[in-house]
Amino acid sequence: MANTPEDLSYTKDHEWVRTKGDEATVGITDHAQNQLGDVVYVELPKVGDKFEASEPFGSVESVKAVSEIYMPVGGKVIEVNESLNDSPEQVNEDPYGDGWMIRIKIDNPAQVDALLTAVEYEDYIKEEAAE
Amino acid sequence: MLKRTPLYDSHISIGARMVEFAGWEMPVQYSSHVNEHMAVREAAGLFDVSHMGKIEIRGSDALAFTQRITSNDVSKLEDNQVQYSTLLNDDAGILDDLLVYRLNQEYFMLVVNAGTTVSDFEWIRNQVGPANAEVHNTSSAFALLALQGPQAEAILQPLTDHMLDRIPYYWSQRVHVDGIECHVSRTGYTGEDGFEIACYAVDARRLWNRLLITGSDRGLIPCGLAARNTLRLEAAYRLYGHDIDETTTPLEAGLGWVVKLAKGAFIGREALVKQKEEGLKRKLVGFEVLDRAPARDGYPMLLGDEQVGTVTSGSPAPYLKKNIGLAYVSVEHTSVGTELSVGIRGRNVPCRIVETPFHKRARKYD
Repeated sequence: MANTPEDLSYTKDHEWVRTKGDEATVGITDHAQNQLGDVVYVELPKVGDKFEASEPFGSVESVKAVSEIYMPVGGKVIEVNESLNDSPEQVNEDPYGDGWMIRIKIDNPAQVDALLTAVEYEDYIKEEAAE
Repeated sequence: MLKRTPLYDSHISIGARMVEFAGWEMPVQYSSHVNEHMAVREAAGLFDVSHMGKIEIRGSDALAFTQRITSNDVSKLEDNQVQYSTLLNDDAGILDDLLVYRLNQEYFMLVVNAGTTVSDFEWIRNQVGPANAEVHNTSSAFALLALQGPQAEAILQPLTDHMLDRIPYYWSQRVHVDGIECHVSRTGYTGEDGFEIACYAVDARRLWNRLLITGSDRGLIPCGLAARNTLRLEAAYRLYGHDIDETTTPLEAGLGWVVKLAKGAFIGREALVKQKEEGLKRKLVGFEVLDRAPARDGYPMLLGDEQVGTVTSGSPAPYLKKNIGLAYVSVEHTSVGTELSVGIRGRNVPCRIVETPFHKRARKYD
C-alpha cells in the first residue's frame, strides 16, 4: 500500500504539495513512483520560470516510460532539486523527502484549498485501480 | 475481452503487474524492471511468451511453400533447425518477423508476433493456392516459456535426460522436461544464451513452477515484458510494430542477412531487387544519446534543425547504463560515428550513430 502523508495536499496527476505560507514544495507521490518504476532521469524547470496550475513543468522518466509532471497550483519556481540530476533514484527512495522536485511561490493560495486531502487522494487511486 | 495465457493465474498469484499487450493481458513486471533485466544478463530470467503465435504448415509442399512466403532460405534447414526470417508482402513491406522451425520437410512451425498472428494466418492461408500445404493456427494449444541468461542451461539440464549442450544456437529438440513433453530450442529475444520451451497449454503451470523452483538457487526470477523490451533493445533486435512494419523493408531495417535473393522466387523478391538497384533512402541504425535524457519512440533525429530521421525504439539501457535507441535515418547520415541530435521536448540533444548490437554476449554456441 502506498504511503500518503496526511499533512500534504495532492493532485489527480499524482503530485504532492507541502505548503508553508505562500511557498510550496512539490514532488510526485509514493504511488506515482511505484507505478513508474526505477526513475533514471528528471527534467526540471529553471528558477524564475512561471507556470499556471495544471501546466507541465517537467518530466520524470523511468526505464520504461516518460511522464510529465504538472503544476498543482500556479506560481513561480524559486528552487529546484539539483541533486536529482545525479541521483534520480531519490524519487523512488524518498518521494516526500529527498525526492522533492521544485519549490514555488504560490500565485493564489486559494488554489491550494482545491487540492485533494490525503484521504481523498487515497480514495482516488483506489478508484483508478478499480477501473 | 483481453486474452490470457495458461499462466495468467500464476502471474497474479506472485503479484505481477499486468498490462494490455497486443490484445493480451500480460505481466509487464514482477519485482523491478531493472532487477529483472539484470537477472537475465547476470543469472537467468523466466518469461511467459505464450502470447506469441504458432502457425503450422504441413504437407508434401510444406518446404516449397514456406520457401515462397519467407525471405530467408528454408532449403538450408535440417530437421530441428530454426531460422529467423521475415514474411513480406509484394512490395517487400514486412508483414511480420518470425522464427521458422523445420520439424521435418513436410512439417514447419512458424512462431510469429502476438499482434499479427491472426493477420499472418489469414495471409499465409491465402497464399497456398494449389500447393499441398495445410496451414493451422495452433497458438492456443501451446504455451511458450523463455528461460534466458547465462545460467539457463545449468538450470534446465537437471530436469531433462537430453544433453542440452548438444542443442546448438538456433537448433531445437523434442525433449521431456521433468516428465513434461516439450520442444526446446536454443533461441531467445534477450541477447543472452537461453532456451524457448514450448509445451502443451495444460502443462504450462507445472513447467513454470518447476523451473522457478529449480532455478531459484541460481538466481532465476520471473521477468515481464518491460525487461524483455530493454533486453532486446540492448541486443538491437527489432520489435515488430516499432522498428519494422508494412511500411519498411528488411533491407531498410538492416535485416539483409535474412533476405536470400539467390534462393529463387519468393513473395517480395522483385521489390527487394528493385530497391537494391535503386539504393536505399533510409536505414535503421543504432545510436547513443550523449546526455542523461533518454530518447523515446517517435522523437525526431536532427541534423541542425533539419529532421533526417525518427526514433523507433528508444530507452535507457539498464545493463549498459546508457541511453540508446534505433532510428530510421536518411542513408547519407548513417555511418558509424556520425553525430546528430535527437529532439527531446524541443531540445536538440547530441547523439552518435554506433555499431549494433549495443550488447554482445560471449557466445558459447554458434
